[in-house]
Amino acid sequence: MVGTIQIEGMALGEKSVTLRYFSILRDEAGCSEEVINTTVTTLKALYEEQRERHGWTLSLTHVKVAVNGGFGRMSDAFGDGDEIVFLPPSAGG
Amino acid sequence: MHSAMGMKLFFYPQVQVAKLFKISDQPIYSAEIRAHFENPAAGACVIFEGWVRNHDDGREVWSLEYEAYSELAEAEGERVLAEAQAQFDILEVKCIHRVGELEIGDCAVWIGVLGAHRKAAFEACQYVIDTLKERVPIWKKEHFKDGSTEWLPGAG
Repeated sequence: MVGTIQIEGMALGEKSVTLRYFSILRDEAGCSEEVINTTVTTLKALYEEQRERHGWTLSLTHVKVAVNGGFGRMSDAFGDGDEIVFLPPSAGG
Repeated sequence: MHSAMGMKLFFYPQVQVAKLFKISDQPIYSAEIRAHFENPAAGACVIFEGWVRNHDDGREVWSLEYEAYSELAEAEGERVLAEAQAQFDILEVKCIHRVGELEIGDCAVWIGVLGAHRKAAFEACQYVIDTLKERVPIWKKEHFKDGSTEWLPGAG
């Protein structure tokens, strides 16, 4: 059917990414890692989508992000297969 | 090459630069680290140890749980140390940060700076701890004596 191409269970425009959770985000999500499918394009939108899903209490403004092991910007787009980590404010030391 | 050095190059074809920032799940023994941290050109050695204290914000603390996004924490920690090395007139700088369950009095972070003179060594040490707290992805969860827990800083 036109416009509803399915590739291995994924809809057109859908990306599959690995999310790893630390600190309060992990506790609230109840797991430390998961693979999710999403149609949003920016990391900011992905955070908001997952925040709603997991009931995260940290607002977007307090969170940084890492993509494939390096810091990224929330306004950045992400790609299929990326490993994404949302970072609560650091509290080392 | 037929010298000992040649053999070494044969067995270790890739020259590895020693990591100066480490995340460790093992106890930090200050005296042990300090014993291997020396330089004949140094006239000043500044060491900062961050310890787990028994109170925070008026509440009695039972223990602290540290965790890190280790891959990124070590990479960013290396950058912080490289910045300290570049910005201050020091000889060497090194840092170890604990993860895991820590008790009162345990050392959570160890920072050492060697310099020819004290001023730059003090300043570099201060820069490393301040910047580390801000940028390196490490988190701590307070376990209070009343049984409650809280990730720091609190939810925003």
